[in-house]
Amino acid sequence: MNALCLLPLGPVDATVIEMLDRRLSERFALPVCRLNGAVVPGDAYDPVRKQFEATHLLRAVRAAAPHDRTTVLAVTMEDLFIPMLTFVFGQAQLRGTAAVMSTARLDQRFYGLEFSPALLRQRALKEALHELGHTIGLTHCPDRQCVMTLSNAVQQIDEKGEDYCRSCRILLADTHRVPA
Amino acid sequence: MDTQWEILVVDDEEITRESMAAWLREDGYLVTTAASGREALDATRGREFAIYFLDLKMPKGLDGIETMMEIKKLYPNPSIVIITAYATVDTAITAMKEGALEYIVKPCNPQEISLLVGRIMKVKNLERENVLLRQQLSGRYRFQDIISKNPRMQEIFALIRDVSSLRSTVLIQGASGTGKELVARAVHFSGDRADKPFVAVSCAALAETLLESELFGHEKGAFTGAVSQKQGKFELADGGTIFLDEIGDIAPKLQLDLLRVLQERSFYRVGGSEEIRVDVRVIAATHVDLAEAVRQGRFREDLYYRLNVINIRIPALRERLEDVPLLARGFMERLSHELGKEAREISEGALKRLMEYPWPGNVRELENAVERAIVTCKNRTLTEADFQFLDTAVPHDQAWTVPEGLTIDELERRTIIATLERTEGNIKEAAARLGIDRSTLYDRIKRYNIPR
Ligand SMILES: [Zn+2]
Ligand SMILES: [Zn+2]
Repeated sequence: MNALCLLPLGPVDATVIEMLDRRLSERFALPVCRLNGAVVPGDAYDPVRKQFEATHLLRAVRAAAPHDRTTVLAVTMEDLFIPMLTFVFGQAQLRGTAAVMSTARLDQRFYGLEFSPALLRQRALKEALHELGHTIGLTHCPDRQCVMTLSNAVQQIDEKGEDYCRSCRILLADTHRVPA
Repeated sequence: MDTQWEILVVDDEEITRESMAAWLREDGYLVTTAASGREALDATRGREFAIYFLDLKMPKGLDGIETMMEIKKLYPNPSIVIITAYATVDTAITAMKEGALEYIVKPCNPQEISLLVGRIMKVKNLERENVLLRQQLSGRYRFQDIISKNPRMQEIFALIRDVSSLRSTVLIQGASGTGKELVARAVHFSGDRADKPFVAVSCAALAETLLESELFGHEKGAFTGAVSQKQGKFELADGGTIFLDEIGDIAPKLQLDLLRVLQERSFYRVGGSEEIRVDVRVIAATHVDLAEAVRQGRFREDLYYRLNVINIRIPALRERLEDVPLLARGFMERLSHELGKEAREISEGALKRLMEYPWPGNVRELENAVERAIVTCKNRTLTEADFQFLDTAVPHDQAWTVPEGLTIDELERRTIIATLERTEGNIKEAAARLGIDRSTLYDRIKRYNIPR
């Protein structure tokens, strides 16, 4: 990763963006830029499912990148899907430069529970590291503690740790010059 | 992941197939996409995918089920997942009936797809390990179509190699079902006659006069029904090999005719006067003890010595029990494909059961047993329970008093009738259970006038 930009799509909890800015720049040892917030592209909206299609968003995000070697992580509160699946937490271009993540299902209120800002931020960090791991070239990790493990439900996100496992760190350091 | 498996995603909608592909790629799989059934078939020609995700409804060209049928022509057991937009019982039933492994309704819960993919890949990994293992085994223990790691069989393999290109007559002896024809074929196909005909004749299956014309052919009008000239098996085998099975059963007149062919390399058609010369290697086989038959005067001594130039005696299966697992796996692989069944594995318990059984019907009985187990098996693994029928096949310590005045013929007749009833008239199965050739069974049915 050469440079990283955060792109809020639509209204996003400001504390989440601030947290991501700080923690991601620490983790990847590079400055993180914040792009001006943009509206969520309307052509990605499915009125029947009342969700946004992730692949469309990803293409729009890529188009919004300031430089083609800059990685862009878009964050939205809208719920995301791909046609085959009921929802996705996020999606990334594998070995690419664009990723998108949704905080909709990371928020306790989605499940009818009381809002927990701390839990939202913790989950958002894990999801951000996960999607960025994909852009760097990592695939899902069998280590259930690793942030690269596949999570299909929010419980699985809560069960995993906030960092890459040893073998994923080695992969990151070796091939992508990300500090271990 | 042990190996990178490839998945094919087929859907006419670009976003649908590309997003699905991206999702699977994040899981570490190599994914190819196709926009139509045709594209899918082009992609899979010469390259089998671990999973095929096929959209049921594709407006142009082949739909999902049709594409599946085409893929199944290319590969025996592809893992096909049919994707439907609406859960209709009909389409699901059709998909499964036509051989889809699974169908999913989109949109589908991510957890569900993850589990499905994981489950299929686990089976694939197991299969790959087993195939590797089998290839190693069969390479080392296979000679032509015979599989064995038994030392005596290995000696037979060596002997066959040594004599395959000679013209000397071979006499193969062994009980019914030991695979005498396989040995005969191995002799033929590993020698320099391999590209010439191999012609097999079962001498027990035909009445004397018919057998004579079968072997030597006949001229038009030689007997009632001989409406045209016909070539015999010896002529058809010219340059190659003739395999005479159950040679011990032939009548004295034919024994003499055969002796003449072996001495002169020539013969006359039935009703003919023209001498026909052939270059044929003779391989004969019998389940009876020919030396004993010679002593009893039922078989010509001179013919016996002519036939018994190279002698191959095949051990009974119970003398080579170490081959049972290899053979059982070999049969399972071939038969489950032929029968269109999913059986892929055989449990330790089942193998143990097979190794304890005495196999009176030898390799053929084992083959029949595996076939029967596959037919009734509901899973991918044959277990001990699938071979339960073996318990009834051989009564262990059944109290049985021989009725007063019972002749051997009557005993044989009753045994055959009872066995045929148990197999519901299935001759192949009955012959295996009785430990005799099908041809021998037909012969007995005829002899005892047993109604069928
Ligand atoms: Zn992922
Ligand atoms: Zn990891």
